[in-house]
Amino acid sequence: MLDDKDRIFRNLYGQGDWGLDGARRRGSWDGTKAIIEKGRDWIINEMKTSGLRGRGGAGFPTGMKWSFMPKESTDGRPSYLVVNADESEPGTCKDREIMRHDPHLLVEGCLLAGFAMGAKVCYIYVRGEFIREREHLQAAVDQAYEAKLIGQDNVHGWPFELYVTHGAGAYICGEETALLESLEGKKGQPRLKPPFPANVGLYGCPTTVNNVESIAVAPDILRRGAAWFSSIGRPNNVGTKLFGISGHVNTPCVVEEAMGIPFRELIEKHGGGIRGGWDNLLAIIPGGASCPLIPAADCGELIMDFDGTRAVKSSLGTAGVIVMDKSTDVVAAIARISYFFKHESCGQCTPCREGTGWMWRVLSRMVEGRAHKREIDMLLEVTKQVEGHTICALGDAAAWPIQGLIRAFRPEIERRIDDFSRRATLDDQGILDPAHMAAAE
Amino acid sequence: MIKLIVDGKEIEVPPEYTLMQACEAAGAEIPRFCYHERLSIAGNCRMCLVEVKGTPKPVASCAWGVRDCRPGPKGEPPEISTRSPMVKKAREGVMEFLLINHPLDCPICDQGGECDLQDQAMGYGADTSRFAENKRAVEDKYLGVLVKTSMNRCIQCTRCVRFASEICGVPEMGLTGRGEDVEITTYLESALTSELQGNLVDICPVGALTSKPYAFAARPWELGKTQSIDVMDAVGSAIRVDTRGREVMRILPRVNEAVNEEWISDKTRHIVDGLRTQRLDRPYVRENGKLRAATWSEAFAAIAAKLKDVKGERIGAIAGDLAAVEDMFALQDLMTRLGSANLATETTHAFDPSLGRASYIFNPTIAGIEQADALLIIGCNPRKEAAVLNARIRKRWRTGQMKIAVIGDHAELTYKYDYLGAGVDTLSELAAGKQSFADVLKGAKNPIVLVGAGVTARSDGAALLAMAAKLATDIGAIKDGWNGFAVLHSAASSVGALDIGFVPGEGGLTAAQMVGEGALDVMFSLGADEIKLPADAFVVYIGTHGDRGAHRADVILPGAAYTEKSGIYVNTEGRVQIAGRAAFPPGEAREDWAIIRALSDALGATLPYDSLVALRKALTEKVPHLLRIDQIEPADPAALAALARRGGGAIGKAPLLSPIGDFYLTNPIARASAVMAECSRVASGQILTAAE
Repeated sequence: MLDDKDRIFRNLYGQGDWGLDGARRRGSWDGTKAIIEKGRDWIINEMKTSGLRGRGGAGFPTGMKWSFMPKESTDGRPSYLVVNADESEPGTCKDREIMRHDPHLLVEGCLLAGFAMGAKVCYIYVRGEFIREREHLQAAVDQAYEAKLIGQDNVHGWPFELYVTHGAGAYICGEETALLESLEGKKGQPRLKPPFPANVGLYGCPTTVNNVESIAVAPDILRRGAAWFSSIGRPNNVGTKLFGISGHVNTPCVVEEAMGIPFRELIEKHGGGIRGGWDNLLAIIPGGASCPLIPAADCGELIMDFDGTRAVKSSLGTAGVIVMDKSTDVVAAIARISYFFKHESCGQCTPCREGTGWMWRVLSRMVEGRAHKREIDMLLEVTKQVEGHTICALGDAAAWPIQGLIRAFRPEIERRIDDFSRRATLDDQGILDPAHMAAAE
Repeated sequence: MIKLIVDGKEIEVPPEYTLMQACEAAGAEIPRFCYHERLSIAGNCRMCLVEVKGTPKPVASCAWGVRDCRPGPKGEPPEISTRSPMVKKAREGVMEFLLINHPLDCPICDQGGECDLQDQAMGYGADTSRFAENKRAVEDKYLGVLVKTSMNRCIQCTRCVRFASEICGVPEMGLTGRGEDVEITTYLESALTSELQGNLVDICPVGALTSKPYAFAARPWELGKTQSIDVMDAVGSAIRVDTRGREVMRILPRVNEAVNEEWISDKTRHIVDGLRTQRLDRPYVRENGKLRAATWSEAFAAIAAKLKDVKGERIGAIAGDLAAVEDMFALQDLMTRLGSANLATETTHAFDPSLGRASYIFNPTIAGIEQADALLIIGCNPRKEAAVLNARIRKRWRTGQMKIAVIGDHAELTYKYDYLGAGVDTLSELAAGKQSFADVLKGAKNPIVLVGAGVTARSDGAALLAMAAKLATDIGAIKDGWNGFAVLHSAASSVGALDIGFVPGEGGLTAAQMVGEGALDVMFSLGADEIKLPADAFVVYIGTHGDRGAHRADVILPGAAYTEKSGIYVNTEGRVQIAGRAAFPPGEAREDWAIIRALSDALGATLPYDSLVALRKALTEKVPHLLRIDQIEPADPAALAALARRGGGAIGKAPLLSPIGDFYLTNPIARASAVMAECSRVASGQILTAAE
């Protein structure tokens, strides 16, 4: 379990003052100038050695991402830092806690990250539905401007403008290039890559898009040192992480824990245990709706980090764990997730536009069992036809939960189909009707 | 150059190539729907997926640059496979997705037989559908008079959106909604306002956008196809005329990079019904103030009787906008034999071909616009006078390398320009260097001074033209390797007439003088419908449609429209092109040159050619460059110095406005077309275009 001294988010539950004074008491904005004086290369190097992997879901090493930005502008184009606060993944609610309760961690992180990548302007793109989060974040930014921590003539000697902007509630705008399109005032549709944002991003300029948590942990890493951060957790999966626990647990919560914490410990210590006891666990979705579910059998020894979840053919994602106990209609649950992706597909490219609707329709028939068994394999093939053939990862995200379902709960789907066809072949008195049987074939 | 291996074949391609271009260079065929080489890359149909060795996922070849490919671990060139099982499977998957919501209505779809989706489904489609759900239904949209929609068929490739905003310059189309609910529509379903909207039908890879006037009219495989040249404006767009039996069913563009790329204007495309209606199909003679149907010999006899005692100087001839070079040549020949020097066209009085060819053609050439870095438009609305050429200007403007200024109409031209003013004064100020755009022109490497009908149609056009030539010379638009003096004619016959010298001879009358009261006794009109013919002369009208000219005529000799005869046309660049015969003239109508030849016999001044071949031989002996089809005879820029020196008398104060009021109704064929009439009413706001 994570020691209190190792916590980065010391006001995660909003018990203290979220404003500048409170943040300062918790150590924010302490020695920021000294860090900046150590120079860009030192910061990037420190981030690299810290082993921090992006907290938005894909887990790309943050220091390396920063190092892709041009050292200096050779063609007059400025560099931009964009913070992705469009947290919309079902089951994930960590970034909003940072913005609501400790926004100065993010603001300070933006300054340091901006300095490290030579960006003098930063945009924070907040999800449209996050009203209070936006208010707090904007207030924190205003406080920082007033205290001359950021802005043109700030005390840190790196002119830095910070703008908080917000979307209109489309999930796809959390995809980094769709976010950039939306930020430019266009329809939020992902761009083709390459070119990647580090070359051609916001307004055609080099841009880095980072998750809120990745940026918010940066000041503490730089203050306490890369060695401290990398000493927590397992190799390649280091540091602390915000876990969100929701679903059928006794005390759902967001908690900061060390990477590599066993799943069972996470649930027992912070989630108050599974509703109805450990044996009542059916499956979990470890990191937001797009991750394949993990059946209970694999949860006993599950280590909650990138490699641990990968070992059971899922992924850590955003570490927003959705726990399902045995009362759950798991097929209906995945069908609902499938509906979400169908609803949120931008409609730009063919496999996702057509495939998400198809998958949802087949799956919602399977909830009742109104399907053929061969359609299970067909559905699996359709998910493979979507996966990897789209412009952005939403197609993959829509395919994975269904693949996970079929992998783990195929007998359940088959049982429902059997039940349905059995019902369909019985007449009102429960007697077998050969005419109906022929039709069901 | 970058080395690549495509399907085991090693090739070298320039680094700016995309994988699709590289694969095509290697001879591999890549299916595509959203990609179009003249539009920006969307990469959304996912049909062009190929396998790049070393990448786990197939990549969209239309959007993947050759320089984005990484070489192998030992520096081997990147390996691309377009036929591997992975690629085949990926494309089959995409095809299945495209088809699940596509209706199975090919038998009643106008795109059937020339549909990209149909063709590709042969290669990548399955024979049965696994999709057991209901298909999506999408409401059809109203896009105007020319484009019919059947939105169930749409595959959301967004080619039309990109075409409208990039080529047409009217950002009126868009993709609304998201996910499987996305729909292509115009804003509030209003009619499109572009003169190039007919091309949307060609651009659409499926049958979602089809031609409204051509709806359910014919199948592509039952049509005869004739390559020809358009005569609706002086651009001379390359077209293909599709006929069924004797009837022209539709007109489509052909690719000609030098002229129209692959676009044609709506007038060019949808004039078709005008070729069928209001046609003159037999000779007429006016008796007691009324036209009466007659035989050819009666008509010729009436002319011969009238001409018996008339002196040459009391005879005149005016050629109309659509006349072919051969027809004008024969008429010119006949007039010379009748002793008349009174020859003119409706549109060329401002030009003097004796100065040299450079004084009346579009010297920089249409393709040359893409080298220009400054453009001054004088008295011209290129969007109406030459819609396809306007698209070329816009294409260059979009690269950000050409500055544009306009003197004349303050019209919406689909690109931004400096509006200098409408008057002649503005032109003089610019010539004197008092306008800031003068510096832009002087500083430009390849400037163009474009002169349009707003200058040349005026009675003081010759003087204004000289002024423009002087301006072009002064700013250095005429130099080695670049001649920036560009005349944009509005009629297909203009340059041809000037090339053969179909202008007033020595002591001859101009068109304006000929139509004056009492100037002539007999007037030959070769389809001259835009000019008011004299009330007191005996008018012989050789033409195709019962339009203004025929109403005034005393004898009507029915001729052949441009799709019904083979004829040479010289476009505004001076490019000699030949139109092919796709159909036959209706009824007793004959080809115009043959009518003139027969008439000459009746008048006792027999022309010495009995066939079109013999006529062309005589023609090219006199004007040899007309032999060089599809080429532009180099013009000596010295003509411009002569033109600039000559001046040309007093200049009026009227603004330099383009005389073309209604783009859709500029010639007798267009005025006979119901489609053009409806377009005109929609464009002028006489019809409200709500979705109904």
